[in-house]
Amino acid sequence: MTPPRQELIIEADRIEQQYWRDLWRYRELFYFLAWRDILVRYKQTAIGVAWALIRPLMTMVIFVFVFGRVAKLPTEGDTPYAILVFAGMLPWQFFANALAESAASLVGNSSLISKIYFPRLIVPASAVVTCLVDYLITCVIFLVLMVYYAFVPDWRVLFVPVFTLLAFAAALGAGLWLASLNVKYRDFRYIVPVIVQFGLFLSPVGFSTKVVPETYRVLYALNPMVGVIDGFRWALLRGEAQLNWMSLGLSVAVTAVLAVTGVWYFRRTEKTFADVI
Amino acid sequence: MSSAIIQVEGLGKKYRLHHEQRERYTALRDVLVQQARQLFQGRGNDAATEEDFWALKDVSFEVKQGDVVGIIGRNGAGKSTLLKLLSRITAPTVGRIHLRGRVATLLEVGTGFHPELTGRENIFLNGAILGMDRVEIRSKFDEIVAFAEVEKFLDTPVKRYSSGMYVRLAFAVAAHLDPEILVVDEVLAVGDAAFQKKCLGKMSDVASREGRTVLFVSHNMPTVMRLCRRAILLDRGSIVMDGPCAEVAHRYMNDGKFTGAERLWEDTAKAPGNEFARLLAVRVLGPEGRPAPRVDITKPVTLEMEFRVLQGGQVLVPNLHLYNEEGTCVFVTGDSDPVARNTPRAPGFYRSRVEIPANYLSEGGHYVNAVVSTINPVILHFYERDAVVFHVFDEMNGDSARVDYAGPYPGVVRPKFPWVTALSAPSPAVN
Repeated sequence: MTPPRQELIIEADRIEQQYWRDLWRYRELFYFLAWRDILVRYKQTAIGVAWALIRPLMTMVIFVFVFGRVAKLPTEGDTPYAILVFAGMLPWQFFANALAESAASLVGNSSLISKIYFPRLIVPASAVVTCLVDYLITCVIFLVLMVYYAFVPDWRVLFVPVFTLLAFAAALGAGLWLASLNVKYRDFRYIVPVIVQFGLFLSPVGFSTKVVPETYRVLYALNPMVGVIDGFRWALLRGEAQLNWMSLGLSVAVTAVLAVTGVWYFRRTEKTFADVI
Repeated sequence: MSSAIIQVEGLGKKYRLHHEQRERYTALRDVLVQQARQLFQGRGNDAATEEDFWALKDVSFEVKQGDVVGIIGRNGAGKSTLLKLLSRITAPTVGRIHLRGRVATLLEVGTGFHPELTGRENIFLNGAILGMDRVEIRSKFDEIVAFAEVEKFLDTPVKRYSSGMYVRLAFAVAAHLDPEILVVDEVLAVGDAAFQKKCLGKMSDVASREGRTVLFVSHNMPTVMRLCRRAILLDRGSIVMDGPCAEVAHRYMNDGKFTGAERLWEDTAKAPGNEFARLLAVRVLGPEGRPAPRVDITKPVTLEMEFRVLQGGQVLVPNLHLYNEEGTCVFVTGDSDPVARNTPRAPGFYRSRVEIPANYLSEGGHYVNAVVSTINPVILHFYERDAVVFHVFDEMNGDSARVDYAGPYPGVVRPKFPWVTALSAPSPAVN
């Protein structure tokens, strides 16, 4: 009896047929790459995982000082400004890290890509998943903050995973675009930090969306992180931050477009990665 | 059931060469500039900067289950491209590959090893990269560790490993893959001799006992000859020859620039040399005195060089430099005649011969550089690289230095020395 064989036909323009099945077959690799990145991330650092806590904490302190104390921007209802900022900080840090990591992931794993076959989608996707772990760690700070300010969220907190998923999709969509462009045009290595840096101020991280003038709101909502951060604030601040359905819808639509075209462009260029990387 | 486990039909891979660019990746600026240029000049102008290059063209072959096929060819012949297509790292431009089994590729030992991770962690990571799942890795874990001989260092980051340990661990993981088709690039060129031997043993096991199909790319002819019965010779992207390993290897050794066992320069004006001396011919002669591209290791070989002295007044020393396939110099030998090395040679035709004794050279290809030089001051009148080439083979009938040992046999030369081992009285130091 012969064991069941896996048949494979590779043809000039038909290589993608088994792609999604392969993606499933290589799920172990996906898991191991994410595991590797998490394991490696804080090796040979003195304080290890604490770095995942320090960065958002410092940013929050500075934002509270700059936007809350110096600029005296209004908070939502009677929410402490620190909580307002941190509710924005949470998804933003995740998005920014995930975007940067996934954009650099293909080039960073070029030795793998030029030596071994696997669905390339695994690389940027596992980079985003790795950042999800940091995000979960950051959530712990939020818990501590809530205890400190004696601030308890209501049932809306159940929607946090939904908005996390939205941030995930936005980061992956944009990350796929940047990762595949970066393989061919290394210019994007310089563009990504700029996006992240400006994005921090273009997204309502340090302030509430309501300080943005009405007339710019539609334009503002084209930034997918506006919907995500507003959603987080709505879910975490007991609904004291109003959810603007129109701007949320727009952000979701932009995210969907980013994700779909990201996968499409990635799949289109993926075949040549090994040749040009 | 069709017996071909790999079917390749009309396979081709085209690369586009950009002549202006030095770097492999493009800068966005260049693309924008080019787009702008096209806007003003119209299309069709970029032909000058781009050129199609077929790394592989119209390649067709079949491999049956359990075959061990060597793929040989010079650098740039398309071997690596073929492996990359078979292992789906890159997509073909034309043609079709039909694979009836799981393919595992080993283009490089230790791909994906992370220096910060421990040996244990890297076994799992590398296993996953090579296509094993956790259950499979766990079941083979002990075997891998034993094979690599790194038990004590399992929890040490591999960046602290010696290079030998690193390679052993990397190969051990790869060697325990369980694919129907194993595609291996020249990974055996690494590691110490003892470990190489172990790897070769493992590879032949994989092929013969477990019925796996192996495609093996190498420059190392003795290894290919030992492992493979069949070989495919590639040159400039096409298959030149496909057949029994020994014949293909022979063809390869005599291919292209390797003119074989005899090389003649009929036109003195174009021959290597200067106003004092010109090279006329170089030959490798077998025991019968005829040019011989293949030489039995148990027989002497004569190297012969003919040259013409055009002008007197120089002390000319003919010498030959012998190199093996790895590019290591085996030896340099020159005419040490006590009179000739102090006397200028008169114009005329000369023939120099040197006999290399039987059971002296190692197995494999040997390249002969032919030189005529003056020692004091040093002048190279000509230095003809790879003038001739010959292949030393061992019949393995017990007469050579290896006697009955059939495994890999290291050493640049393989002299058979007279040994005497006999019972003796214990030396006084032993009590």
